[in-house]
Amino acid sequence: MPSHTVADLLRGLAAGDFSSEEITQQYLDAIADRDGQINSFITVTREHALEQARAADNARQRGNAGALCGLPIAHKDIFCTEGVRTSCASKMLDNFIAPYSATVVNNMASAGAVMLGKTNLDEFAMGSSNETSYYGTVRNPWNTDRVPGGSSGGSAAAIAAGLAPAATGTDTGGSIRQPAALCGLTGLKPTYGRVSRYGMIAFASSLDQAGPMARSAEDCALLLQSMAGFDERDSTSMDVRVDDYAGALDQDLRGLKIGLPKEYFSAGLDPAIGDAVHAALEEYRKMGAETVEISLPHTELAVPCYYVIAPAEASTNLSRFDGVRYGYRCENPADLDDLYTRSREEGFGEEVKRRILVGTYALSAGFYDAYYRKAQQVRRLIKQDFTDAFKQVDIIAGPTTPNPAFGIGEKVSDPVTMYLEDIYTIAVNLAGLPALSMPVGFAGELPAGMQLIGRDFDEGRLLAAAHQYQQRSDWHLRTAPECA
Amino acid sequence: MQWEVVIGLEVHVQLTTKSKIFSGASTAFGAAPNSQACAVDLALPGTLPVLNEQAVNDAILFGLAIDADICRDSVFERKNYFYPDLPKGYQTSQMDKPIVGHGVVEIRLEDGSTRNIRVHHAHLEEDAGKSLHEDFHGMSGIDLNRAGTPLIEIVSEPDLRSAEEAVAYLRKIHSIVTYLGISDGDMSQGSMRCDANVSVRLKGEEEYGTRAEIKNINSFRFVERAIKVEAQRQIDLIEDGGKVVQETRLYDSDKNETRSMRSKEEANDYRYFPCPDLLPVHIEQSLIDSLQKQMPELPDAKRQRFETEYGLSTYDASLLTAERSTADFFETCCKIAGDAKLAANWVNGELSAALNREGKALKDSPLSAEQLGGLIVRIRDNSISGKIAKQVFEALWNGEGQSADEVIEAKGLKQVSDTGAIEAMVDEVIAANPAQVEQYRAADDGKRKKLIGFFVGQIMKASKGQANPGMVNQLLNKKLSD
Repeated sequence: MPSHTVADLLRGLAAGDFSSEEITQQYLDAIADRDGQINSFITVTREHALEQARAADNARQRGNAGALCGLPIAHKDIFCTEGVRTSCASKMLDNFIAPYSATVVNNMASAGAVMLGKTNLDEFAMGSSNETSYYGTVRNPWNTDRVPGGSSGGSAAAIAAGLAPAATGTDTGGSIRQPAALCGLTGLKPTYGRVSRYGMIAFASSLDQAGPMARSAEDCALLLQSMAGFDERDSTSMDVRVDDYAGALDQDLRGLKIGLPKEYFSAGLDPAIGDAVHAALEEYRKMGAETVEISLPHTELAVPCYYVIAPAEASTNLSRFDGVRYGYRCENPADLDDLYTRSREEGFGEEVKRRILVGTYALSAGFYDAYYRKAQQVRRLIKQDFTDAFKQVDIIAGPTTPNPAFGIGEKVSDPVTMYLEDIYTIAVNLAGLPALSMPVGFAGELPAGMQLIGRDFDEGRLLAAAHQYQQRSDWHLRTAPECA
Repeated sequence: MQWEVVIGLEVHVQLTTKSKIFSGASTAFGAAPNSQACAVDLALPGTLPVLNEQAVNDAILFGLAIDADICRDSVFERKNYFYPDLPKGYQTSQMDKPIVGHGVVEIRLEDGSTRNIRVHHAHLEEDAGKSLHEDFHGMSGIDLNRAGTPLIEIVSEPDLRSAEEAVAYLRKIHSIVTYLGISDGDMSQGSMRCDANVSVRLKGEEEYGTRAEIKNINSFRFVERAIKVEAQRQIDLIEDGGKVVQETRLYDSDKNETRSMRSKEEANDYRYFPCPDLLPVHIEQSLIDSLQKQMPELPDAKRQRFETEYGLSTYDASLLTAERSTADFFETCCKIAGDAKLAANWVNGELSAALNREGKALKDSPLSAEQLGGLIVRIRDNSISGKIAKQVFEALWNGEGQSADEVIEAKGLKQVSDTGAIEAMVDEVIAANPAQVEQYRAADDGKRKKLIGFFVGQIMKASKGQANPGMVNQLLNKKLSD
């Protein structure tokens, strides 16, 4: 069970090897047994899951099985789920029961997926280590003294620990890809606009994108199929046809041009990760792909640019958490200002407050041009780098992270070093492009990830490229020691 | 010293779209508190705005009506501030790229002269909810029904030079938006609200004085009074050696004074920036063209047409065209009546007086344009006199009959034009008043004209006003001269 892929489970369900209720029960038991150590779930929806599983089994018997019928999954606790606490890992929303479900949640439920529960994350998705959660740090199943990455660290750890075969994540600056890399999984951040943001609690609206996390590229293809699509309730979602991702996995890679940005292989990259990535690229060459060095000259500006734009958007996205209508409210406010000040002071954690302050500053009169406007100009340059690169190559490859999973507490007091962990992933969000991370080996005992970046709406090609590699490797099937 | 008042107005006009600007909730006025606020209006986590196309079309229509440039790629921005009736903690508005650019509004003053007032821009935005401070025992109630109602904010240049001009401008804006059908313009329900930027300077001075902004004035009358009292306050202050400070002030209509709300230093930094949840609004020329085709006749054009087509005075035509509903009422009435001047007199006279008396809007008039037209027809064909017509009007106003004819019939008000009957009445009056007859016969022509009124009065009294006055005069003249 622990190393089962989504594809395995769907085949088994279809063949009648087991029922959804049976496997759902097994995952729920595994969570009950072992999540105390990992802390990957904030809320486990046991009864709800078993009910959905029985309904899925019935639907299958009636010949009415959707694409994900009976598949247990976990949702990052950033997606609103009707009738279920949706906390965003914040004290601010600890008491918030969402009265509606996100489009992603509805889409996957319509396909027959069963929700096991809501996974842990950095508070409001702000973090790269899952240490900022109100519900405590998540531990990396490969080494529980290490972080699982973030912000979708709960989703990643749950899958790596065998507590769920797949989960949803969201990625604003690497929040799907970085934890996927650190936990030895495959995770895809789709093109901005590919998946609806409706019902996904906003961090930085122009960067946020939901995507699948699972063991294999094939699994991600199966999941994305149900997640993606135009949503009239999200003005930034795009009315672009959803390709048959799973059907297009068997592509011949001969002639595929892979660009290797020299900026992504520079100093600061852990040598073991570099070796793993180079070894994977060698496999691609064996499959007939061609690798060329390219340059993304504005790479070093991505992190500073991101840390203006994302906090600026976040500072106003989070204004709605004011203690007035829902969520945390301070005790006995003296007046309106006191209500606002203390509710937000007490309800938000340190990292969230830091980013609200940074963002507020960047948008303030007298600073707007120097920060926000300048960052938007840099953002266009970064996008242009990719546009130019994609005139020469079909996909871009490089390491997902400069380092493997770091120790819990190691970087939490040094936000800038922490921010630099996202150096390879952030530019992709600024450019709105699709990218995935997949496991390509180990740095010591810890997984190493490689990132593949594609053109807008070229998820199909990325998934196929990753799938072809995974046909010739088994890194994605390795199980973490904590997954016993 | 000769002071000049300088005024710029910011007019907020609620659009009459069925649903809100960024959500599907209804915009209807008067529902139970918070019953028309959906997840988006409540700013629940994860909700996103979707722009209501009708609001965009309405704003474009307004822009075309004031001859303004339409911004082909306008941008919504977030205006950030905390207030309990602002659920998201920001208002979605427009700043750098408003949908409507520079335009012009022509106003007509009491003396018949006209002035062009420049509009700086007009932008789309969402309304906030309402804070209710009464009935909550030291707490405040919040009603979010209004939150997200679409508004256009129309910002004038500081081109207005008196409270009267400001009111004329506001009335013209009211007239344009109601003609376009994009707002009901009802100030009592807050469908139209106004902020006035007021400053004073010595006549002939080039520089503007320091301005104060008077917030949220909600009637034409208050706009006039607020500006007057604020301008006078500033003049008095300066003449006493003081200085006007830039600030936001509130008009208290009970005390007829303005009071400081907050100074410039206390003003919010709204941290405007483009809303990342909404794409820029790209407007195709084809949309502008099709809206141009839908453009109804506007007040100025209608007034000119009324002057030429109906031969009305500028004054009458202006009165009739100030509101589209009045103009429509007049035209319907006129078509039936067959006499534009009579129709204009009745609409601007009796009908307008009756509406004023009862504080009613034209749409609530108990008397229809068809009914008034029918009444005028009976004046024209001499079935009733002007005086009887007023009785018929009152009866119709009070609902005592479906048509003028029905009232005339039921009350027996038809004018007596039967020569025999009138002759009999004339003879009777002459016989009953020998002294007056003597006096008349002894008088010269000049005095006779006055004296004959006595006999006419007696006959009208005897006929309960129904005798045809022309025939009465004619017969009296003849019989008294015999």
